[in-house]
Amino acid sequence: MQNSALNVKGLWPSLLTLVLLILFPIILPQFYVYILAVIFVTALLAMSLNLLVGFGGLFQFHHAAFYGVGAYTFALTVTKAGWPIWLCFLVSPFAAALAGFLIGWFCVRLTSLYFGMLQISLGSLLWAIAFRWYSLTKGDDGIHSIPIPGFITSKTSAYYFILFFFVICLVVMYRIYKSPFGVTLQAIRDNPARCSAVGINVRRHQLTAIVIATFFAGVAGVLFVILEQSVFPDLLFWVLSLEIFIMCLLGGWFTFTGPILGAAITVSLRTFVGIYTEYWTLILGVILILLIFFLPEGVMGFFAQKFGRGRNKSTAPAREQHAES
Amino acid sequence: MLKVEKVYKSFDKFLAVNGADLTVEKGQLVAVIGPNGAGKTTLFNLITGMLKPDRGRVVFNGEEISKLPPHDICRKGIARSFQIATIFPRLTVFKNVQVAVLSQQKKSRTLFRPADSMAVEETNRILADVGLLEKADDLAGALSHGDHRILEIAIALGNEPRMLILDEPTAGMSPDETSSTMTLIKRLAETRGLTILFCEHDMDVVFNTAQSIMVMHYGKTIVQGKPEDVKNNVEVQDAYLGGADA
Repeated sequence: MQNSALNVKGLWPSLLTLVLLILFPIILPQFYVYILAVIFVTALLAMSLNLLVGFGGLFQFHHAAFYGVGAYTFALTVTKAGWPIWLCFLVSPFAAALAGFLIGWFCVRLTSLYFGMLQISLGSLLWAIAFRWYSLTKGDDGIHSIPIPGFITSKTSAYYFILFFFVICLVVMYRIYKSPFGVTLQAIRDNPARCSAVGINVRRHQLTAIVIATFFAGVAGVLFVILEQSVFPDLLFWVLSLEIFIMCLLGGWFTFTGPILGAAITVSLRTFVGIYTEYWTLILGVILILLIFFLPEGVMGFFAQKFGRGRNKSTAPAREQHAES
Repeated sequence: MLKVEKVYKSFDKFLAVNGADLTVEKGQLVAVIGPNGAGKTTLFNLITGMLKPDRGRVVFNGEEISKLPPHDICRKGIARSFQIATIFPRLTVFKNVQVAVLSQQKKSRTLFRPADSMAVEETNRILADVGLLEKADDLAGALSHGDHRILEIAIALGNEPRMLILDEPTAGMSPDETSSTMTLIKRLAETRGLTILFCEHDMDVVFNTAQSIMVMHYGKTIVQGKPEDVKNNVEVQDAYLGGADA
């Protein structure tokens, strides 16, 4: 496999990282294992968003809505419907994808910012449902102590469970990113009119991308419930959408792995700076400002430029680099 | 092969195309000329489905295409380039063309196969044909202006069109680049059996290459015919050439 964005020297760094991640629960205190699991869930969500923002050029401003749909579907099918757990697990991402399809169907008719405005309003509608429909969702209180199978209730086993699905999703997303579908999606990002002139049905392509991305957001939602065993309306709130949007920009939205880095930075800040002050977002804000000035393509984007873009590195033109400060 | 019949298009009461007619025979090199704002680009947009005509018909190979969306018209065998080079700046030159080739092979929606191994031969053949093969791995956004224009044409070739529509293919080029580009276009027309419709400001280029010339003025077709006939047409001289030659 020709790897470019995932790693530089073949598969070894990825495998090494994976082994390390598998060993972590043995060497690290429980608390850090939990934080890592949070990072994986958030990173998966951010990456699913980046599929649209970074690779599709679609301003999916309210992506968390689908994360919430996945989480709530899982919580409700487990507690209310009483379906077998594997079925709930399977159904939830599809529910998120269905919501993505319905909202996306309207949104792809618009372009750029108008797309974003409609998307944020329709997404907020989902939040309103979760917030207001008390008899079903318990509104603001949320649903807690969701019963999940015994083998994933401990934080360590939940960690492995989440890591397993995170890696699977990562590989699948990477293949999509490298596939003709992914390349075409990037071409649409760069120039939709040109794409329709080469025979590509732009709207249909974008809608497919939205369905795929919301599916992965749904998976992330399920993993959240596995980890926390509760759901609440904040999962579909626009603030979270903004946060994951920032993660994509922070990590580097034109790189494949950037959002993981963005998620790791944001979650760590929230956890470790959050201990000292509730105004940890202030620090995030300062970082963001510095980022815009010095690393406009994000942290990962900066390294990708600096060390070449995979197979194109030898011939890729050296672009203006104004990050030496 | 292509017939445009009495096509009208207005924007906010401004008649950009005001009853244009155009006939393109198979294998011909046809030029559309006219002063700035004559409606040449609008006409091309109407043919390729980027805009829908208010009235009139566009017929391609006996089939009316005026109501089809751009991607369907492309599938019928009409590919185009744009006046302002519209490439995919963040993709490599190779991928720019590959996107079109994949679309032509109906593989754009393939999800789980690496694109790196698909349509490589076809893409490289096109790049070699237009002389961009050495730059295949460069980012398209970093190419020179002249190469942008060539890449435009290469993307259009990715669709294996029967007819190629070029909107000012040599705009902004140096005289050297212009002549080499026109040579390229003529060669492509011959080797690939392409029918080519283009518009151009450089009169020398037009009268040296085109087999048929259509003159547009204020959105109307004044005349279409062989270069000699067009040159001698009184109305054309009044509207356009007179000013240019004087």
